[in-house]
Amino acid sequence: MKRTPLWDAHKQLGAKLIDFGGWDMPVSYPAGTIKEHKAVREAVGLFDVSHMGEAYLRGPEAKAIVGKLTTNAVESAPPGKAVYTLLCTPSGGVVDDCIFYKRSDTEFFVIVNASNRAKDLEWFRDHASSGCNVEDVSDQTALIAVQGPKAVAMVDFLSGGTVAGMPSFTFRDAEVAGVPVIAARTGYTGEDGFELACASGDAPKLWAALLQAATPLGGLPIGLGARDSLRLESKLPLYGNDLDDDHTPLEANLGWAVKLDKGDFIGRQAMLAQKASGLPRVLVGFTIDADQRQIARHGYAVIDPAAPGAPVGIVTSGGPGICVGGAIGLAYVPPRLAEPGTKLSIDCRGKPAPATVVAGKFYKRGKA
Amino acid sequence: MSTFPSELRYTHDHEWLRAQGATWRVGITQFAVDQLGDITLVDLPNVGDLITKGQRFGTIESVKSVSDLYAPVSGRVIAVNATLKDGPEQVNTDPYNNGWMIEIEAADKSELAELMAVDAYTKHVAAQ
Repeated sequence: MKRTPLWDAHKQLGAKLIDFGGWDMPVSYPAGTIKEHKAVREAVGLFDVSHMGEAYLRGPEAKAIVGKLTTNAVESAPPGKAVYTLLCTPSGGVVDDCIFYKRSDTEFFVIVNASNRAKDLEWFRDHASSGCNVEDVSDQTALIAVQGPKAVAMVDFLSGGTVAGMPSFTFRDAEVAGVPVIAARTGYTGEDGFELACASGDAPKLWAALLQAATPLGGLPIGLGARDSLRLESKLPLYGNDLDDDHTPLEANLGWAVKLDKGDFIGRQAMLAQKASGLPRVLVGFTIDADQRQIARHGYAVIDPAAPGAPVGIVTSGGPGICVGGAIGLAYVPPRLAEPGTKLSIDCRGKPAPATVVAGKFYKRGKA
Repeated sequence: MSTFPSELRYTHDHEWLRAQGATWRVGITQFAVDQLGDITLVDLPNVGDLITKGQRFGTIESVKSVSDLYAPVSGRVIAVNATLKDGPEQVNTDPYNNGWMIEIEAADKSELAELMAVDAYTKHVAAQ
């Protein structure tokens, strides 16, 4: 199994390691998923996400190539901007969701999902040209996310006061605890914070410094279990659960990241057609009704309680709402069942669980 | 590696049983708890329900997954730990005492002979 440069540190911390797409990754540390989740909501959490893939697209045609590959306005963003985008197939299905970091019209950095690294790199190379070189730097790059209400001040202190002023979804080269990093004001938890990319060899030093600073603040190292529960509470989609090549970004409620008027890109025609004809299904958030004792999980069937019978949809993610309470989830349903307040029934292993469609994120962070 | 209480009996599904007079109290072992992670919900049968050895009698939801509880022996449920409804985390913090789940009056005493003693269970866990 593959190991990140922080594998020894996880072992020393007593992490429970699991096989995550071929990587030996911490699913939780001794504190456990619930305490880890709450530490991120209340203080600060450190995530080793070095299994994710990183690449550069460079060259005189980089801007044009990136423009074709992405659904969002990545190519026209100002230098220093980080942009969430989808990569789509010609039929509009999602190849991956990722963040592009624009350095200039001739240089883009991108971070992709670990499980899609090989597929994405092949996708980039298939669509690149002699004027756009694709360089996979995943093996020499580590990635540490620092998330939570105390994350920004903490990283700012360790960087000599150089990063706190960065707006959301921007990045810059910085030094944190003496380690050169690309610091991005991004994350996957619904909290403020940074994702720090550094050279693999520097990762243990950076991790140790961050952990030493976080511990007196009530911070914890965070495993993949809480990473998943945090992103679900913030209604952030997970590729392979909520996103795949069978659903378009419009169906996944990610229309805000699809700029149909930006010029041609792969999947645009299919999404224009879908917009004209209407969406066949749409991703919604739901809560299991409060008096119920069930949790809906990935793959459970959704039934229309007004017309019981064959399933009309499918749960893509689900679990306990650790900070919001109850059981929460995401499901694809027909548009007629997508309005907030609509009653659904989820088949929880043979037991029907009444559920209600809810608007927006399950968890919203307070203004600092 | 955890050590397991010597006075208990065990199943291959990582449940423990403790003799309470003529009845048997049932819970899950530290090994099972470590595998599950943080437990958020325990769904148990009602007092008086009849359960059948090897059949599902309840479910445990952890943050990450749902697991079935299988009846270690056949019999009647004579008590249920109602405190788990609002305090499922007791299974994590104290699996052998406050985290107990049900008490069974065994229908067929010969089934109890098939349960493992601590040495056999420790070997079973080591082989996982």
